[in-house]
Amino acid sequence: MAMTYSEKVRDHFANPRNVGTIEDANGVGEVGNAVCGDIMKMYLKIENGVIEDVKFNTFGCGAAIATSSMATEMIKGKTIEEAEQLTNKAVVEALDGLPPVKIHCSVLAEEAVHAALEDYRKRLAAQQQ
Amino acid sequence: MQVYADQAATTKISERALQAMMPCYTDIFGNPSSLHEVGRAAEEAVEKARKSIASAIGAEAGEVYFTSGGSEADNWAITMAAQLGAKKGKKHLISSAFEHHAVLHTLDKLKKEGFEVTLLPVHEDGLVRPEELEAAIREDTALVTIMFVNNEVGTIQPIEKLGEICRQKGVLFHTDAVQAAGHLPIDVKEMKIDMLSMAGHKFHGPKGVGALFVRKGIAMSNLISGGGQEKGKRAGTENVPAIVGMAEALRESLENREEKNAAVLKMRKRLTEAVLQIPKSRLNGDPDQRIAGNMNFCFEGIEGESLLLYLDLQGICASSGSACTSGSLEPSHVLLALGVPVEIAHGSLRISLDESNTEEEVDYILQTLPGVVKRLREMSPMWEHIQKGEV
Repeated sequence: MAMTYSEKVRDHFANPRNVGTIEDANGVGEVGNAVCGDIMKMYLKIENGVIEDVKFNTFGCGAAIATSSMATEMIKGKTIEEAEQLTNKAVVEALDGLPPVKIHCSVLAEEAVHAALEDYRKRLAAQQQ
Repeated sequence: MQVYADQAATTKISERALQAMMPCYTDIFGNPSSLHEVGRAAEEAVEKARKSIASAIGAEAGEVYFTSGGSEADNWAITMAAQLGAKKGKKHLISSAFEHHAVLHTLDKLKKEGFEVTLLPVHEDGLVRPEELEAAIREDTALVTIMFVNNEVGTIQPIEKLGEICRQKGVLFHTDAVQAAGHLPIDVKEMKIDMLSMAGHKFHGPKGVGALFVRKGIAMSNLISGGGQEKGKRAGTENVPAIVGMAEALRESLENREEKNAAVLKMRKRLTEAVLQIPKSRLNGDPDQRIAGNMNFCFEGIEGESLLLYLDLQGICASSGSACTSGSLEPSHVLLALGVPVEIAHGSLRISLDESNTEEEVDYILQTLPGVVKRLREMSPMWEHIQKGEV
C-alpha cells in the first residue's frame, strides 16, 4: 500500500521552509544517524532570548524533510522558553497528521530543536564563565 | 511531461490485450464449467490461453495452472514442494538471500513448521553461484527456489545451470520468473525447471492474474478446495478476461523480443553512463548480466524516498528499495544482500524501462535527475559529512 501524505506534508517537502545553514549560528544541534536513514541538523540565531533566525538541513525521507521544515516555522520568532515547549505531537498536528510509521520523524524534529537549544545554553554558559 | 520508469513494478495494459479481454466481459461471459454453449465458449477461451502460455515457455497446456498472480504462484509452488518433501522426510529448502517476499515469507512460515532453510549468498554482482548451490544441496533437500530475474537489481540468474544441478541431484527446482516472463526466452524443458511462477501485469497484461507451471508427474497438492477448476487443484470460477488478456499480452511481448530488448538496452546504457557521472553514485548489481530495462542506483548522502518524491514532483515515476515505504527502518534486503552498506542502501533508486519508453523520456530523466540529487544533497547533513571526509 502506498503511503499517503497530507497536503501540508506534501507542501512542506516540496517547498521546505528555512532550508540551509546559518554562518553565525549560536545554537546548532544534530540528531539521528545515517544507518537509520535520518539525520537532522538545526541552526539557531538567538538574540535577546528570541529565535531571530532558524535554518535546517535534513537527510531523510519526505516526512523527515516536512517535519524539520514545519518545526522551524513553529519556533521562528519565538522565545527560547516557547521553543522549548515544542513537541513532536504539535508538529504532527500542524502537518495535519503523519502516517504511523513516520511519527519517528516528528520525534527527530523535536529532538533537533531541543539539541540546538541545548547547544545555545552550553555556549552561553561557557561565555559567562 | 510524465515519464513512467517503473515498469518492474507494473506495466500499462497493452491495447491488444485489452481488446482480447473485452469480449470476455460481453459475449463470452459464460462460466467455463457450464455445459451449455455459452459456457463452452468461455472454456474454449481459457484453454486457448492456457495452450498459448504453455507454448511460450516450452511447456504443455496441462502443466499450466492459473492463479491470482505471482505471489500466489510462489506460495503454492513452495508449500506444495515442501509438503511433498516432508512426506519423504525431506525438510530442507534452499533459496537465495534476495528473493521476493512472496518467497521469503513463505519460507519463514515453513521454518516455523519445522523446515530448515538455506539462503544462498548473491554476492556483490547479485548473482547466485551454481557451485554454491551444488554444495548446499543435501540428502534431505526438498526444494530449490531461485528467482529468474531479481526484481530490484534486475540480475539474471544462471537458471539453466541451476536447473541442471537440481535435476542431477533429484531435487525439485522452482523459479519465480515474474520479472523474466515476457522479457526473456524461457524454455522449462531445456532449463530443467520443475515449477515456474509468472504474473500477467509485468508484461502489459492485466493485474490479478498469474500462472504456475508445474511439470507433469509432480504430485500437486490442492490450493483452494471447491469445484473442479484447474483440475480440482485451485477451485473457483476462472477469471476468464484476465486469463485471456495475460495470454495475449505474453504473446505480444515475445514478438520481436530481441529487437525490443536491443532498443531498451540502448536506452539503459545511455542512461546508466550519464547517471554514473554524478559524483558518489553507483550501479547496484552486475552491469551486464541484468534484464534490459533495469537500473538500480545509489546516491550517497541522500535518502531514497525523498528522491522519489522529488522526481515524482517533476513527473518521473520510479521506485526505490527504500525502507521508508515498507514502514521499517531497514533499507532494501536486496541491496543489503549485495553487501551495499546500510547508510548507502538508503539512497537507492530503481529505474525500470521497457519498449514502451522512449529516448525522449531518457533525455528528460537525464535533464531532471542530476538536479534533484544536487538539491537533496545541498540540504543533507549526511552529504556535508561525506564532503568533509567525516564518514
